[in-house]
Amino acid sequence: MALAVTLSRSASWRIEPRTLRVLIGLTVLAAWEIMPRAGLVPSLFLPPLTETVVALASGWRDYLWHLAVSLKAIGVSMLIACGIGIGGGLLAGTIASVRRVAQPLASGLYAVPFVILYPLFTAWFGIGPQAKIAFASIYGLLPCLLGTMAGVQTIDRHYVTVARSMRATRWQLVSRVLLPAAIPTVLSAFRIGGALVIVGIVVAEMLTSSEGIGYLITRYRTLLDSPRVFAGILVVVALVIAFDGLVKLLEQRTRHWRLSTRSGESGA
Amino acid sequence: MAEASAKPSLRVVATAGSVAVRDLNHTYSAAGRVTEALADISLEISPGRFVVIVGPSGCGKSSLLMMMTGLVSPTSGMIVCGGKPMTAPDPDRVGVVFQEASLYPWLTAQDNVEFPLSLHGVSKAERGARAREKLALVALKGFEDRYPHELSGGMKQRVSIARGLVQNPPILMLDEPFAALDEQTRISMGDELLRIWEETGKTVIFVTHSLTEAAYLADEIIVMSARPGRIIDRIEVDLPRPRTYAMMATPRFAELRERIWNQIKTQASE
Repeated sequence: MALAVTLSRSASWRIEPRTLRVLIGLTVLAAWEIMPRAGLVPSLFLPPLTETVVALASGWRDYLWHLAVSLKAIGVSMLIACGIGIGGGLLAGTIASVRRVAQPLASGLYAVPFVILYPLFTAWFGIGPQAKIAFASIYGLLPCLLGTMAGVQTIDRHYVTVARSMRATRWQLVSRVLLPAAIPTVLSAFRIGGALVIVGIVVAEMLTSSEGIGYLITRYRTLLDSPRVFAGILVVVALVIAFDGLVKLLEQRTRHWRLSTRSGESGA
Repeated sequence: MAEASAKPSLRVVATAGSVAVRDLNHTYSAAGRVTEALADISLEISPGRFVVIVGPSGCGKSSLLMMMTGLVSPTSGMIVCGGKPMTAPDPDRVGVVFQEASLYPWLTAQDNVEFPLSLHGVSKAERGARAREKLALVALKGFEDRYPHELSGGMKQRVSIARGLVQNPPILMLDEPFAALDEQTRISMGDELLRIWEETGKTVIFVTHSLTEAAYLADEIIVMSARPGRIIDRIEVDLPRPRTYAMMATPRFAELRERIWNQIKTQASE
């Protein structure tokens, strides 16, 4: 009886984490609306939410067009970053001699704040899409490379022995065993690398560019048109959330590997 | 084959299920030190036998098994399975079952068992049928679509056995397959393996550190010494078949266990 009472009491007091998250989100949105309207924050620094949404709605064609430009660059960069990063990571992870050269190099480069090199990129590639694609690709490539390399190295050596006992060829070993076994780590590498690609493109567009969502934000900022700046920021935030959702979806599809690698021997 | 015929005293039994090890020695160097792991191993196993290799930990029994599967090359000596030298893994001749967690977690039980067939270009329909048949053999009908993490430890090892058998090799080699299981599961898995062995007539080579397991399962027990691993005893197990749990309480069973223990004890204390 005592147990039941404490249970029911704690149940009535407990707030679901999900509810709490929604509450926090709503509070932030409400503060966004109320604070500038109450004069607590100048609306030049923070225009009310409704004004921002109106700005977004009235200029949606513009935003959509520039978003499409950014998305295209992001897509190309992600292909390059993840293609080379994951491919190179698989290669370096399986071949020790390559890894010994690549790993210190990649982790050393990872520490370099590439943004400061962006002026060089524009000098080399011009201010067209090539510069930002090259920049964002390199920016996102390193975490993909490092993550995949680490992922391949931590693969249970048993998996390889088993495949060898079945007389798998080297290519089968890579494609049928190492690649699927590395997928959980590759996905977390992709999450970081992909997010960095988005950041890289938007930042590059903000610095030197004539199109794209980052460019739009900078243009409105120089015009001191805060609602439109924030509308652009909203678009970028939506983009990042959409990317996160995509990664979550992929993770959901690979839950079987992650479950068993985490729980080891325990099972139903 | 050429080496075998050069030594007329060592007759190759040209039957699919036979296993022979000839004058095997193995040394390895680690950290600049050369270690003698296995010395003077020679043995003949005739088709259809259930042979258990026991020895103190570190005696190289698992290494010996890995050499028999063709996964590791010995420093010198020869291994012949089914009349042909074993220089590389050959799942058509020897199926291998590993210690634990050797199933691929991203594949269902069915796909895990199909996996070796898929590597060698067997058609989808045929490998599906063959994998289902082997899963039924290990009493896992109805569990085809489960992922490894949805199976118990014993079930996972059943899937491993099914996978080892899917290419119908005449020889099955198991490296401490039940070591990670709890006592009850271990005993019932032993019974399962004996049933499968009796149904299929395979030659089984089974490595374990459990004396009880050895005496319970084997036709013949090969006892190995501590490093360098040598064969110090070969014991014919004359317990009748089918083996039952009650036999573990018989004086004969205790005698067998004691004989192995006396061999290993002196080794382990050194």
